[in-house]
Amino acid sequence: MENLNLKLKIWRQSSPNDKGAFVSYDVSGLNTHMSFLEMLDVLNEKLVVTGDDPVAFDHDCREGICGMCSMVINGKPHGPQKGTTTCQLHMRHFKDGDTVTIEPWRAKPFPVLKDLIVDRSSFDRIIQSGGYISVNTGSAPDGNSLPISKEIAEDAFDAAACIGCGACVAACKNASASLFVSAKVSQLSLLPQGQPEREERVKNMVSKMDEEGFGHCTNTGACEAECPKEISLEYIRKLNWEYHRSNIKG
Amino acid sequence: MKTYFTSTIFRKTIASLSGVFLVLFLLGHLLGNLQLFISGEAGQKQFNEYAFFMTTNPVVKILSLVTYTSIILHIALTFYLTIQSKNARPVKYAVSSGTSNSSWASNNMAVLGTFLLIFLVIHLKSFWYEMHFGSVEMDLWGNKDLHSVTVTAFHELWYVLIYLVSMIALGFHLKHGLESAFQTLGVRTRKYSSAITNLTTGLVLLIPIIFASIPIFIYIKNI
Repeated sequence: MENLNLKLKIWRQSSPNDKGAFVSYDVSGLNTHMSFLEMLDVLNEKLVVTGDDPVAFDHDCREGICGMCSMVINGKPHGPQKGTTTCQLHMRHFKDGDTVTIEPWRAKPFPVLKDLIVDRSSFDRIIQSGGYISVNTGSAPDGNSLPISKEIAEDAFDAAACIGCGACVAACKNASASLFVSAKVSQLSLLPQGQPEREERVKNMVSKMDEEGFGHCTNTGACEAECPKEISLEYIRKLNWEYHRSNIKG
Repeated sequence: MKTYFTSTIFRKTIASLSGVFLVLFLLGHLLGNLQLFISGEAGQKQFNEYAFFMTTNPVVKILSLVTYTSIILHIALTFYLTIQSKNARPVKYAVSSGTSNSSWASNNMAVLGTFLLIFLVIHLKSFWYEMHFGSVEMDLWGNKDLHSVTVTAFHELWYVLIYLVSMIALGFHLKHGLESAFQTLGVRTRKYSSAITNLTTGLVLLIPIIFASIPIFIYIKNI
C-alpha cells in the first residue's frame, strides 16, 4: 500500500445559473486501495472541517451498476480505466504527484445543477417517450421455456446492460445520445415482448432524443470506448435500421 | 412522417447516401483519368474524345446532375448537422480525450471536408469551368483540347503539390466517411463488418493513390 499525493482541479459551480470555475485542491496521504469516490470523500471531509462547501457529486450504489457517479476525469468519462464506472476506479491507477482534472458531463441536455452533478432527466424523458409494453409478461418464466435463441437473448441482454449513466453523451464530440437510445430500443425490439409497440417505440424515442437537443451520431466510436458497460456500436447500426424500417412501414 | 424527414437519423442517412454516390463518381472519374497515362498524340486524341463524350452524352449529363445534387446535399446536410451538434455542447471540456478513444479522421471530418471543398473549387475552376465556359483551343481532330490544359497545369510544382495534399485529405475523409456510411445505412452488421472494413481500406488507399499518381506522372515526364 502506497501513499498518494494528488493535485485536483475540480469544476465548482454553486448553482445552474452560476458561471462556475476550476478550483485547485491538494490531497495527500491517499490510500491506493481507495476508489475514486472515496478519494473525493476524503477531500470533502477536509473541506467540511475547514468550513468550506464540499464538492457535490452524484453517487449511489458504489458497486458499478447504478450509473450515478458521473464525472469526466482527465478528459475521460469515468476516468482512464476501460469498462469501469468512477466508483470502481481505484487510486492505484494514478501516480504520486499527478494533476487530476475533474469536470461534469458537458452537454446542453445535461445542465449542471451543482459542481459535478448534472440533471440527466432528459434520459428519463426519452425512456418515458418509449411507452409501456402491452404484453402481460407475468412473473419470471422458467429457464429455456421461451422460444428465443441464445444469440438473440445474449444480444438483448448486452443492450440491457446499459445503466443510463450518460458517459456516451459525455464522450461524444457531438454530445449524441445515440448509444443510450440504441441500447434501450434494441433491448426490446429483439425480444417477443417488445414486438407490439416496436415501431412506435423507436419513432418516439428518436424524436424525443432530437427534441432534447442531443447531437447527431458521426460514428467516431468514442461512446463505445468510454461506456462502462461496453455497449457496442452495433446497437447504433440497429437503431438506424429500426428507425428507417418503422417509418417506411408506417 | 414529418418528424422522420427532420430527424437527425434521416438527415445523416441522406448525407451518407450522397457520400456513397460521390465515391462511385470518384471511381468512374478515376477510370476515365487513367487515359492520361497514354502518351503522345494517341493519348491526346483519346482523352479529348473522351472529354467530348462526357460533356455531351445525355446519360452522362443526367449522372452529372445527380453528382452536383449529391455534392450540394452532402455539404448542406453535414454543415447543418455539424452546427446543430456544436450547439449540443455549449461548454467545452478543459481536458480533451483527443484521439485516445476515436480516430483522428473521425474527429476532423468537417475540417477535412472544408479542405476538400476548397480543393474542389480550385479543381473545377481549372478544368470543369474551362471546358464548359472557358476558351479551350481545338486539337487536330476538332475536339476541345482539355488534354493540353491538363498537362500544362501539372507542369507547375505548386499545383501538383495542392493535388497531393488534397488526395491525402481525401484518403482520411473517405476512410471514416465510407465506413461510417455503411454503419449509418444500417448494413454494417457483425457478419459483414470485417468485409466492409477491408473493402473501405482498399478503396481508401487505391482512390487517392491512383489519382495522385496522375499529376506526379505528368510532372516527372516534363522534367
